[in-house]
Amino acid sequence: MRLGFFTQCYCTVEISHRCLRTQEWRTSRGRCSRPPFLIPSLPPGTLSLTTRAMASSSDRNPPPFSVSEQSEPGLSDMADGDSDDGEDIFVSNSFQNHPASVSRGVSQPEVAADLFSEEAAAAKPNGVHSDDDDDDDDDDLFAEAQADLSSDTSGSSARKDLSTSSGLPSARSPADLLHTSLEQLEEEEAKDSFDVDVAVTNPEKVGDGMNAYVAYKVSTRTSLPMFKSKVFTARRRFSDFLGLYEKLSAKQSLHGCIIPPPPEKSVVGMTKVKVGMDDPSSVEFVEKRRAALERYLQRIVSHPLLLQDPDVREFLEREDLPRAVNTQALSGAGFLKMINRASDAVSKMTIKMNESDSWFEDKFQEVDMEEQQLRKLQAVVDSLVNHRKELCVNTAVFAKSIAMLGNSEDNTALSRALSQLAEVEDKMEQLHQEQAGSDFFIFAELLADYIRLLGAVRGCFDQRVRAWQRWQEAQSTLQKKREAEAKLLWANKPDKLQQAKEEITEWETKVTQYERDFDRIGMTVRKEVLRFEKQKAKDFKSQIIKYLEAMLQSQQRLIKFWEAFQPEAKAIA
Amino acid sequence: MMQEEANEATSVLSVYGHTIKVTEVLQDGDTLTFIIVSQKLSGTGEYHVDRTYEDFEWLQQHLYAQEDVPGLQGVIFPPLPVRPQVNASAKVMKQLGFLGLGEWQPYCKALETFLRQVAAHSILRKNKTVEVFLTSTDPPGRQKLRRNIFNRLSQAVEGLWKEGHKDVDEFFHTERDHNLVLTGHTRTAAEKFLDVVLTEQKIAVACGHFAAALHICVENGEDPEKKAFSRVCVKLSEVFDSIKKNMTSIAVNDMNTLGLALDLDSRYLEAEKEMLFRRTCKLVELENARKNAERAKPVKKNAMEEVKKAAEGEFEQICKVAKQEIVQLNQERVEMLQKNLIQWCEQQLQTAKEGADAYNQHLQAFIAMA
Repeated sequence: MRLGFFTQCYCTVEISHRCLRTQEWRTSRGRCSRPPFLIPSLPPGTLSLTTRAMASSSDRNPPPFSVSEQSEPGLSDMADGDSDDGEDIFVSNSFQNHPASVSRGVSQPEVAADLFSEEAAAAKPNGVHSDDDDDDDDDDLFAEAQADLSSDTSGSSARKDLSTSSGLPSARSPADLLHTSLEQLEEEEAKDSFDVDVAVTNPEKVGDGMNAYVAYKVSTRTSLPMFKSKVFTARRRFSDFLGLYEKLSAKQSLHGCIIPPPPEKSVVGMTKVKVGMDDPSSVEFVEKRRAALERYLQRIVSHPLLLQDPDVREFLEREDLPRAVNTQALSGAGFLKMINRASDAVSKMTIKMNESDSWFEDKFQEVDMEEQQLRKLQAVVDSLVNHRKELCVNTAVFAKSIAMLGNSEDNTALSRALSQLAEVEDKMEQLHQEQAGSDFFIFAELLADYIRLLGAVRGCFDQRVRAWQRWQEAQSTLQKKREAEAKLLWANKPDKLQQAKEEITEWETKVTQYERDFDRIGMTVRKEVLRFEKQKAKDFKSQIIKYLEAMLQSQQRLIKFWEAFQPEAKAIA
Repeated sequence: MMQEEANEATSVLSVYGHTIKVTEVLQDGDTLTFIIVSQKLSGTGEYHVDRTYEDFEWLQQHLYAQEDVPGLQGVIFPPLPVRPQVNASAKVMKQLGFLGLGEWQPYCKALETFLRQVAAHSILRKNKTVEVFLTSTDPPGRQKLRRNIFNRLSQAVEGLWKEGHKDVDEFFHTERDHNLVLTGHTRTAAEKFLDVVLTEQKIAVACGHFAAALHICVENGEDPEKKAFSRVCVKLSEVFDSIKKNMTSIAVNDMNTLGLALDLDSRYLEAEKEMLFRRTCKLVELENARKNAERAKPVKKNAMEEVKKAAEGEFEQICKVAKQEIVQLNQERVEMLQKNLIQWCEQQLQTAKEGADAYNQHLQAFIAMA
């Protein structure tokens, strides 16, 4: 559906919602009815805010039918070509594209028309809409989207290291919590051995024309018992990855966690691929995306909480994943509203007088500053990459001109030397090409990843603030209920009094609950930030080492080229 | 005979041609002054003179306008670089090519080469203006010579159709064709190489920016994780300083050896082209003179015959000189290119080895980092 400049989004989304009448949980398909904007790296959790806002402003009723369960794979005839026949892609650490068995797409063929948009820089609003959905459905209420209903993880941080129950200690005061937990979490961070390896390989175009998409092979190798087997693969498409992120972001149990954001949608890139996967810019785009998806999954599985999540397991294991249709989240919603809410949330933080405040406030500032610094670096790296590409082109052109010159020279030795020079220059072009790739894939993408991650970090701070707000609102509601009760006592209406007392009890429970939630989230955020910073230093260091190794290799090859050319030059008589 | 010898004696250069150096360039507003040093033949020291571009042009004009030098038009004149411009416009920069890079260092080298070629040329060095130019402390006179057979404008206006004029001599016919092809290719190669060098410079600059930008990320603080990250940033900044240094070296090597060589080559081939053109013009003149002599009425016949004979004589002289010049040029070209290719290769090899060492050190430092 081409929307670009329409004021309302007509894509269909799958929504879990609680029916306002019956209090039952239902799923239905509906129109998302949001303005067609996109923020790629939306801080997780902000979705729920907006959707509630939208829901409350809408007054349509949900239709009775639900089509959420489209998970049965009977729809498409798939010969299973996915079991890896002896092909072990984990042999080498660099997951290169292997010639893979051609296999069919992930799920039923459908319209996957990406609309025109500009490549969105993270967190910049633009008029993008990407439609991963098909047919128009009837109008539906976009009601309150809710967090995951089936919570395996019962709110406590179920760590991967299951030997010690490292859930929340029962002590109630925040300061106590902080002390014991911080020590604990620093210990736990030290046990950093994750026994899961994932790789994303073999991008293959499925389908034709504008309905085409790229399917990737997701391979997992693990020794963890919670998985059904030790080595397995699945084919996934880009929207599946986005869908996973959506699910994780929405989960109450994961609030406060830094959920790694997936790579951005790119309509321009995908359109190129749909047209043909052969030209260099398509190849580069697909490779960039493949690598980004791989890093995305690697970050997810190296996060102890996320690894436990059933959705993650399902993503890795399940043969046919239900088509993720609410990936509109990443493109939808009045995010101007969202941004404002987010910043309002931040400003509300200054009202709090809690002593743990300064840590959060300081950290938030740091994160903000760091994001700006990384953006600056990213700009420089981008220009460096461009210059390297330019050097490739210029070197190739020069090589040709030298070859022509060599051909027209009379002196045979000179002619020969010039031809050799042309060959050397061609080899150098190759080197420059690799160097540009190195610069790009190592640095540019590293910086891009971390800029997105910092957005996610900011998001989890926001979640904490929202938890605080919920708590405060509950407190104020409780207060109102109490006042109402007092009034009723005065007015002497015993029947209503009973209800009032019940409501007070209900809200007292909520207040306690929300306070606990808030504390828990605070703890999680602190833990997550610590883990993030450690990971960041490690990540950067390992990438730099990779870069230097590649550089060194290039230099060695360059030395060989020059050494080979030297006798040719000397031979000119 | 005696007079000839005497003339020769007084016209011989009093410096060693191969010691001529353009040691400095001074900038005063928009004017550039070049300091030229040469060793005296007598072994008693050096000449130091300062010259502007106008002085070089004066020298060149005088060389062009020499009289009573048989076959002068067959000489391949050492090419003078185009006029330099302080804060050059894009167009001038394009014209200058390699010579516009690097704070006039390549330009000085080109002027130096010009002077050395003049001083080494068997015919040209005899002209006393060369001596004056190299040794006189006062700036040589700057009057424009009126009669200038090499006035480019007139050549362009009158001559282009003559360029394709069929030749009578196999040698020259081949040489003209060959020169045409070579000139084009060499100029293209020089231009494309310049593009390469300019991009290398851009990369060096970008690396410098990255290194500087990394310092912004360094923070003071007690937090061990922050410290770790800051250390990474500082070390990475050092890496990119190394890369910048390496890239700059590569560009400088390119410029000083192959770049200058291609530039000189292409200008020399242009000079040869001009010489061949002059010869062709003379050929046309000769053929016209022959026609005139044939068709002349008896009254004018003798006069026309005289003109024809003179033209034949001149043409013969020109061809003789030209042949020598061509042979010499072809030989010198090859030598020059060889020398520069060898030097280029050696310098780049050296730079590559230094780069490898530096990167290896950085790599070890990173691996060793906690």
